[in-house]
Amino acid sequence: MAETISINPVTRIEGHTRIDIFLDDSGAVTDARFLATSFRGFEAFCLGRSFWEMPGITARICGICPTSHALASALAGDRLLGLTVPPTAVKLRRVLALAQVIQSHALSFFFLSLPDFLPGLRDDPARRTLTELARSHPDLVTNAVQLRRFAHDITSRVGGGVVHPQWIIPGGMAEPLSEKVRQEFLSQIPGLIAIATATIAQFRQMSDGLRLAGRLGSLPTLYLGLTSAEKTLEYYEGELTVMDRKGTLLMAGAVPERFPELVAEELSSWNYLKGPYYAPLGAVDGSYRVGPLARLNLVARAGTRLADAELATFREQVGAGHPVHDVFFAHHARLIEIMAALERLQELLDDPTIIDRRVRSRAEVNQSKGIGVCEAPRGTLCHEYHVDENGLLERVNLVIATVQNSPAMNRAVREIARREIRGARLTEEVAQLLQIAIRAYDPCISCATHAAGSNGLVIRLVAPDGTVVQAFPT
Amino acid sequence: MPALTLTIDGRLVSSRAGETLLQVIRGNGIDLPTLCYLEGLSPRGGCRLCMVEVAGREKPQAACVTPAEEGMVVTTGSERLQRYRRQIVELLLAERNHTCSVCVVNGQCELQSLAARFGIDHVRYAYLSPRLPLDASHQRFGMDPGRCVLCARCVRTCDEVEGAHTLDLRGRGVRSCISIDLNEPWGRSETCTTCGKCVQSCPTGALFEKWTARGEKVRAPELIPRILAWRETHER
Ligand code: SF4
Ligand code: SF4
Ligand code: FES
Repeated sequence: MAETISINPVTRIEGHTRIDIFLDDSGAVTDARFLATSFRGFEAFCLGRSFWEMPGITARICGICPTSHALASALAGDRLLGLTVPPTAVKLRRVLALAQVIQSHALSFFFLSLPDFLPGLRDDPARRTLTELARSHPDLVTNAVQLRRFAHDITSRVGGGVVHPQWIIPGGMAEPLSEKVRQEFLSQIPGLIAIATATIAQFRQMSDGLRLAGRLGSLPTLYLGLTSAEKTLEYYEGELTVMDRKGTLLMAGAVPERFPELVAEELSSWNYLKGPYYAPLGAVDGSYRVGPLARLNLVARAGTRLADAELATFREQVGAGHPVHDVFFAHHARLIEIMAALERLQELLDDPTIIDRRVRSRAEVNQSKGIGVCEAPRGTLCHEYHVDENGLLERVNLVIATVQNSPAMNRAVREIARREIRGARLTEEVAQLLQIAIRAYDPCISCATHAAGSNGLVIRLVAPDGTVVQAFPT
Repeated sequence: MPALTLTIDGRLVSSRAGETLLQVIRGNGIDLPTLCYLEGLSPRGGCRLCMVEVAGREKPQAACVTPAEEGMVVTTGSERLQRYRRQIVELLLAERNHTCSVCVVNGQCELQSLAARFGIDHVRYAYLSPRLPLDASHQRFGMDPGRCVLCARCVRTCDEVEGAHTLDLRGRGVRSCISIDLNEPWGRSETCTTCGKCVQSCPTGALFEKWTARGEKVRAPELIPRILAWRETHER
């Protein structure tokens, strides 16, 4: 009999999702899909509101990357006002973008993925929890907490809110930075850099033992993201860069506002995630990825000393000049980005102009369309607003990192299911592998669907007639 | 002026004739909650938050519109009154769209602080969630009827202090709305002088200066009585 197996829920990801694996009558895998099962509709209920409210409203899309949404929103607002943001406000926004990267990557690596890696694969699922990790490796958990506390402190004292930074506003920042706060943050950075260094060393050790490289889906895709003009890591403004599967740049130096014209979206009947692709190449060839792996593939250098040294190691894995396609290395990429962010924060906070009091420009609505693009931890984030003459929203389009990665996640899931599922049964090991693969993308389903819902990922095996023959967890 | 003697919360107090119960109560250091009352404006008795119990009268009385009388025995904080006040604030919250987290006046809102004062951590009534369009047509000010509690402080300020009478109430019951001139967009009003006093008097984020972001609205309702006092000094 042809069958369906579901896994429900896969925990330790952000949001509510399901993997459906479709079988034929012989029990072989025909297809597999990674789906978002909830719907929120931010783009609809924001209509008629003022763009001034949007950094606050859209920050609520996500509890992990609220700063990224606020930044993209404020950038779109800046464009609607048609003004130039004071240079110090730009620096403060960069500080917040970097804190966002540290906070989110530390969560993804230490809390969501390490519980898979440390007890060892195929271990008892009951041991693959954060509580267990805290018991066996208290040092690692303390490191994670320190990194995240530092990042949260920045969000709260530079951004004006522990979770939702309310000082990021169209025109700049609502409040400047004080010398006292600047010194406090500067004094913490050396200790955190030491933590990042140690974590990278530990990761290298465990990653050899895991033998996960090559098993999580490594289909080549294009890469898209922002880089600085010097082709170093950039999370705020910068230039749009697109790379093909072989590492050749298809596009470089484009203004971020061109994002909506370069990316087309395919609406799906079976999924609340839209499937975006790089428009010039079409839906089939234009599948691309964003996020830590993409960014490290796109840049020439990280742009800071320690991160650059580690980037060289990262590239040795495939040979210089080639993009790293294997999603397992996204974990490594996240750690390198944490390092780069700490070093960049040091530079930004060392700059005495960071405490300048002039952080806000004012204007009335001067443009009817505003596009804001930044790099969220999970990849390129675009907010596009169209307003009436009074600044009330007539159209809103949000393009989110996880959505852009969802076609690649689908392919990874299909690849793993085809290779590993035998006899129409989902074993604990395969279910774990599927979850590890999904977690390597660090998907955020709340963001992707702008959707509410409880946590969890369900995996189902589905028969040709649509019946679910196995669901995981049962 | 003849003096009166009353009992408030078991305490003997004196007052001058012509004072309202609210004036006597507050004058004696009791922090009676109000919402539609704003010093300097004619009292309206609309919100009922200031209600007190007066011995011999069955129904609670709105202190802001009840004159103090000789020998009155007044209770300001009985269990019943507290229950009613809580219900009033919950109903106000359920009637419109009070999303504090993204509101311009978050942290400085009178409705929000009343809710906090009464320990309202959830609302027991179904939210009406009306779809009420923003008016952002005025060059300097915006109005979000979704945050309006219909206290009419703005209406009275515009009429009694600025003398423009641009604002008024239209409609009935919970569906009432502030209307501008003969229900025009604010930006087309011919009577509005752009003085901004209505924005200062508004207890919530319903009226705000444009280009204010979350929590940025600075409220100064005390400006209204101050303006009136200055005016009196000048006229003398
Ligand atoms: S700005 Fe002044 S004149 Fe205009 S509506 Fe408000 S109070 Fe009235
Ligand atoms: S707009 Fe403000 S002041 Fe006017 S009635 Fe509504 S809440 Fe009261
Ligand atoms: S303050 Fe007395 S009824 Fe509103």
